[in-house]
Amino acid sequence: MSRAPDRTRVPAPLLVPAALAVVFLVLPLGGLLVRTPWSELGAQLAAPGVGEALRLSLVSATLATGLSLLLGVPLAWVLARSRARGRTVLRALVTVPLVLPPVVGGVALFLVLGRQGIVGSWLDDAFGVTIPFTTTAVVIAETFVAMPFLVISVEGALRAADGRFEDVAATLGAGRWTTFRRVTLPLVAPGVAAGAVLCWARALGEFGATITFAGNFPGTTQTMPLAVYLALQRDPDAAIVLSVVLLAVSLATLLLLRDRWLGRGFA
Amino acid sequence: MRRRPAALLVLGLVLSGCGSTVGDAPPGAAEEGPAGPGDPGITGTLTVLAAASLTDVFAVLGEQLEAANPQLEVRFSFAGSSALAAQVLQGAPADVLATADEAQMARVEEAALVEGAVVFAENALMLAVPADNPDGVALPGGGGTPSLAELVPADATMAVCAPEVPCGALSAAVLEAAGLTGAPDTYEDDVRAVLTKVQLGEVDAGLVYVSDVRSAGDSVLAFGFREGIAARNSFPIGVLEDAPNAAAGQAFVDLVRSEEGRQALADAGFLPPR
Repeated sequence: MSRAPDRTRVPAPLLVPAALAVVFLVLPLGGLLVRTPWSELGAQLAAPGVGEALRLSLVSATLATGLSLLLGVPLAWVLARSRARGRTVLRALVTVPLVLPPVVGGVALFLVLGRQGIVGSWLDDAFGVTIPFTTTAVVIAETFVAMPFLVISVEGALRAADGRFEDVAATLGAGRWTTFRRVTLPLVAPGVAAGAVLCWARALGEFGATITFAGNFPGTTQTMPLAVYLALQRDPDAAIVLSVVLLAVSLATLLLLRDRWLGRGFA
Repeated sequence: MRRRPAALLVLGLVLSGCGSTVGDAPPGAAEEGPAGPGDPGITGTLTVLAAASLTDVFAVLGEQLEAANPQLEVRFSFAGSSALAAQVLQGAPADVLATADEAQMARVEEAALVEGAVVFAENALMLAVPADNPDGVALPGGGGTPSLAELVPADATMAVCAPEVPCGALSAAVLEAAGLTGAPDTYEDDVRAVLTKVQLGEVDAGLVYVSDVRSAGDSVLAFGFREGIAARNSFPIGVLEDAPNAAAGQAFVDLVRSEEGRQALADAGFLPPR
């Protein structure tokens, strides 16, 4: 017990680089705030397209997170619990989008889901459905890029969870599905929530895959990051205002979620 | 391109419609400029920021300048002109800026970062469709140059440049003249992105420069149209005030404006300045 206070004091060799890291990460955000044309803020925000882009960003990031939860949590379970051969290869494959440049992801999506793509051409012929340049394409691009964050996070939580609870549930007669639903899932809920938040934040900021695969059309596919990029080419002040809005939304959401749902699991 | 007489015909139509003959020697074009081969003293690194549509032709001219000046290394950054202008305004270290319209160069001129930029080429828009022409876009009967509205099918998926970039400003003007402002399905951030989406067959049609059609070869079909011939973008080039290698920058500008440069631009589908 006598050593406990010492453990929380930062050693000097760590303090300096840590402080530099804080400055490095926070200074650009400060610069954004300093350069924000606060007097024009109202006019810039009321500009046509800003509300539209923000709404589209929030909706598509939320849908992408929902889709990631639906597909990613089961995948995380398979990666963490299954003993099947090729599991390591599988994990490497599904986390490739983490390291892949998003633009490459966008091109790859074209080749599969585009009108001329392997699956896309079939969808077009059979159902008359084309995906590129629609809001669906935005959600798909965001899901492709963001789901691995959720999978990694949930898989980590599953590995760290105490397997004995599941064993006990099984001995008490619970089936594997019931065990997953009633025991495993509540156990790893903080990990799932943290993964969902990471996934949502990544989806909200998605640029490369979206502009490549979904294109850029106000109200349909022009999300906030795309609006910021294009505004920067004509009107830097507008780009700064849009950036500040995106920053505020991200911060507010993270803080809100942390307090409401995530508890100590994420804090 | 040569195996597609129809496309070539349309291309010729546009070019002749512009009232200038491509490849005409401009009077007094000097062969012996300061950029002449073997000119001593041009060494180091030359950095050129140029509009995306200049990618192919400037790469060729850059190699020529390097061949004539073995001590020189030419580096290019090709992007949307608006992005390039923004980079210069933010202090990007470069020697030469070439943009796809005068508005973007004017932004840099206003900040006193370039002086005396000159127009070295012009470009007009054409309608590009995938090589297999799935919608059967065709010239309407009756001859003459059609309107864009006669070429684009009503339900076609169409890509154009975003209005923030030069080819998009031109596209917006052309679409308005043709009464098609509602037609685009995506606004791409530069003209090469529009071309790519046509080549991939992901859109039915896209508005691209004549020079992009040339560079795309057989992978797209292209049609000229009235509104495109009436509206053209001027491409200005200038040595930046803060150029680290102004001598090399001037040599490149002179090469672009020389007879050799004009010929290379004409071969790439650009039109001479009016």
